Amino acid sequence: MIEVNEKIAIEHGLKKDEYKKICDLLKRTPNITELGIFSAMWNEHCSYKSSRLHLKKLPTKGKKVIQGPGENAGVIDIEDGDAIVFKIESHNHPSFIEPYQGAATGVGGIMRDVFTMGARPIANLNSIHFGSPQHKKTKNLLRGVVHGIGGYGNCIGVPTIAGQTSFDSSYNGNILVNAMTLGLVKKNKIFYSKAAGIDKPVIYVGSKTGRDGIHGASMASASFDEKIEEKKPTVQVGDPFTEKLLLEACLELMAGDSIIAIQDMGAAGLTSSSIEMASKGNLGIELNLNKVPCREGKMTPYEIMLSESQERMLIVLENGKEELAKKIFDKWNLDFAVIGKTTNTKNIELFFDNQQVAKIPVNTLVENSPMYDRKWKKAKLPKKNKIKKEIFNKLKIKDILSKILSNPNVCSKEWIWQQYDHTVMGDTIQKPGGNSGVVRVHETDKAVAATVDSSAVYCWAHPLTGGKQVVCESWRNLISVGATPIAITNCLNFGSPENEDNMGEFVECVQGIGEASKFLEFPVVSGNVSFYNQTKEVGIKPTPAIGGVGLIKNYKQMITMDFKEINNLVLIIGKTEGHMDQSLFARTILDEKNGPPPEINLFNEKNNGETLLQLIKNDFIKSAHDVSLGGIITAISKMCIKGNKGFEFEKLNIFMNEIEYLFSEDQGRYIIEINPSDLQKVSKILEKNSVHFDELGKIIDKYLIINQKTKVTIDELKSYNTSWLKEYMN
Amino acid sequence: MKSAVITFPGSNCDRDMDIALKKFGFKNEMVWHDDNELPKSDLIVLPGGFSYGDYLRCGSMASKSKIMNSVIEFANSGGLVMGICNGFQILVETGLLPGVLLRNKYLEFICKNIFVKVENNNNPYFKNLNKNILELHIAHNEGNYFCTAEQLKEIEDNNQIAIYYSDKDGKTDEEFNPNGSMKNIAGIFNKNKNVLGMMPHPERMIDESLSGEDGSLFFKNLINNIK
Repeated sequence: MIEVNEKIAIEHGLKKDEYKKICDLLKRTPNITELGIFSAMWNEHCSYKSSRLHLKKLPTKGKKVIQGPGENAGVIDIEDGDAIVFKIESHNHPSFIEPYQGAATGVGGIMRDVFTMGARPIANLNSIHFGSPQHKKTKNLLRGVVHGIGGYGNCIGVPTIAGQTSFDSSYNGNILVNAMTLGLVKKNKIFYSKAAGIDKPVIYVGSKTGRDGIHGASMASASFDEKIEEKKPTVQVGDPFTEKLLLEACLELMAGDSIIAIQDMGAAGLTSSSIEMASKGNLGIELNLNKVPCREGKMTPYEIMLSESQERMLIVLENGKEELAKKIFDKWNLDFAVIGKTTNTKNIELFFDNQQVAKIPVNTLVENSPMYDRKWKKAKLPKKNKIKKEIFNKLKIKDILSKILSNPNVCSKEWIWQQYDHTVMGDTIQKPGGNSGVVRVHETDKAVAATVDSSAVYCWAHPLTGGKQVVCESWRNLISVGATPIAITNCLNFGSPENEDNMGEFVECVQGIGEASKFLEFPVVSGNVSFYNQTKEVGIKPTPAIGGVGLIKNYKQMITMDFKEINNLVLIIGKTEGHMDQSLFARTILDEKNGPPPEINLFNEKNNGETLLQLIKNDFIKSAHDVSLGGIITAISKMCIKGNKGFEFEKLNIFMNEIEYLFSEDQGRYIIEINPSDLQKVSKILEKNSVHFDELGKIIDKYLIINQKTKVTIDELKSYNTSWLKEYMN
Repeated sequence: MKSAVITFPGSNCDRDMDIALKKFGFKNEMVWHDDNELPKSDLIVLPGGFSYGDYLRCGSMASKSKIMNSVIEFANSGGLVMGICNGFQILVETGLLPGVLLRNKYLEFICKNIFVKVENNNNPYFKNLNKNILELHIAHNEGNYFCTAEQLKEIEDNNQIAIYYSDKDGKTDEEFNPNGSMKNIAGIFNKNKNVLGMMPHPERMIDESLSGEDGSLFFKNLINNIK
């Protein structure tokens, strides 16, 4: 057996003082298995040691919140006894090393988090971020990730209904793959991970344990260097077929009353699942590792405890239910083994070949895990740029429009989402490419809308504003389809917490997220932190991804963004002030990367959104789209493309330059289509609620007409918007 | 009218098919792959979606399931057997239908609406259908139909081609072929026309709020034909 010392501890990713703390807590030197367990539980990915302090400040409660952070996923109430379980999670590091398996197992992992709670997954989403399109790795990584997400989600038969893809050179050495799942469950049939009772059987089900993914969570807690290729064996391999069987078998068992607690084996596998169940139940747990079904011969306790083989679950059963449970797992051809029992010792005790191979007090691994108040630097709000108006005179709107619509971050992502089965399960009523994806709640009139968003550029320019903005963007995307926003999940992707600037970005983004979600009553119910997204010294742009979920009470009132009818009027809700800094226009056309992001006014945000919802509920809105990247003209163009209709601007704002008006990225705005005969009633409601709005023009056939000089056909718009990605990938 | 949908390990369109059949009046029963006997049925459906994970070859392992012996027997005695997507792949693996389904031409999974031209109305599935171009939905990775020249001649001579990929006007040019399928073939019959395999999913087109309603036409017509 390997003698444990400080050097070995450091090789396990532990710091010197952390190793010392372990020895102090145990009052002895740990053996190698115990050290492995500590390193798995105390790494950043599992312990949240750098983030816990700040995450505590997020608002997590609300009238609709059934379960906030701390469980496998968050749970919200959608009335009539139904609940939605949802969460987003990162799989960044593995996806960069092995894009197909990394992305696939990311999808598999998040679905397991959701069905562990008793919910049938009903929708998948993802937020994926790649390096510059010119970077040599980008194309293969994109293809691999898309194939991986599709390969897993399509096979298991859960529709992928929405997503987000961006390109930025800061991801050249660290791509981001965040996967989100929504599941549907009856409120009175939610399962938790808290063990209860002594001498209850602990059951292992699912795939066999292999040597794959050992120390995956530790890898996700460190920066990349040039030896990154050597880490391939730490990437897990996904088996969606087994997961489908596991899903059906678990739901079948859950229909009865056999389960006390259930936890999937995700990061740090058997270690974290067993310890979390014991910790939450304030119990001990005893495992006989010889009983664990292994794929390979001669696996050591260390390997068994740290393997991250996929598609496995740990269950604490009621006594006497073993036979019944085994029958179900046999039917689905899955491994089933009683591997231990709960105890009152409050220790985790492991046995192998009739010997005790580890004995650790559970609280030392969980409550006593390190927590750091890392140093961080506050970001200054950058000064506004003064853009010389003469520049605008040299530019042609049509040229800018073609560049903006074909920009990799704006262009149609059809090439991606056509590879995802987005219609299986027969309830997808809004497909990818809209403001949010929408699925009906099976056999009811209700529907659930979901969106995933991030704005790394804004967060990078000013983290506090950026943090607020992402939450608002999520809120707007839900409102634009007619959904009442309920809650969010967040995936916080940042560089190294040991770097003061990166840590500052984290702290202030979280603060911004907290402020916005509190004001909008849009609480955070689950999430995940991914630090160390950096290669050597360079971190990614701060990229908190927000997954928002909302409810549409009558799905027939859902709104889509395609223009519906010629001669209908188009209005813009929210005030256009001409904020150009950090806009896509400033960054790509003027090549100006400095300046503050657009300001967020939470009062207006809430007021505008709620008023639009009221208009939607009164059936005034024919189509709607929020204004985001690329400004008014980009939003209008997309509505034209989707509806195959034209649009004529009739009243361009005369108080600013046309280009500023069309391309600025002021926040809190929506484009809406109404019937001309409703104008008076709609204006009255907007005025009564003090919502600023302007009339923009009307829907026409075939052309987008901006002014006398600028007339573009819808086919041209389509070709700007749809060609880039297809051509890039072929 | 009675129908039965077989659930294989990994099937994921079995529920969708069950809902569609019931919506249009079938009394449907779900049957487990490991069972030996089929319930008394007027129609047996092999649903879509990754049986056995589509490992080895799509449909190959499912085609050896216990229940398939009864399905083959039922088909050979003239019973109606319909395979959708993975179900089609299973049917070619059993030999009930000729040919094979290869990986899509561009090596990518495709999920989208497409049009098909109904070629042959002289069968229990499409007889009396008052529309010969349907908008349906596909979602597959291996829908690229292929067979030998002799097989092709035989299925053409026997009018075994059920539907072709087309545009909305029924043109069957190569540009409307989503997956490289030979002759734009989207679905075929056996010689007796009681066994149908097709890649498109009619069960995903049964509701105006979903992708469209041409699947409804198909099912309504099907149950009327069986009555």
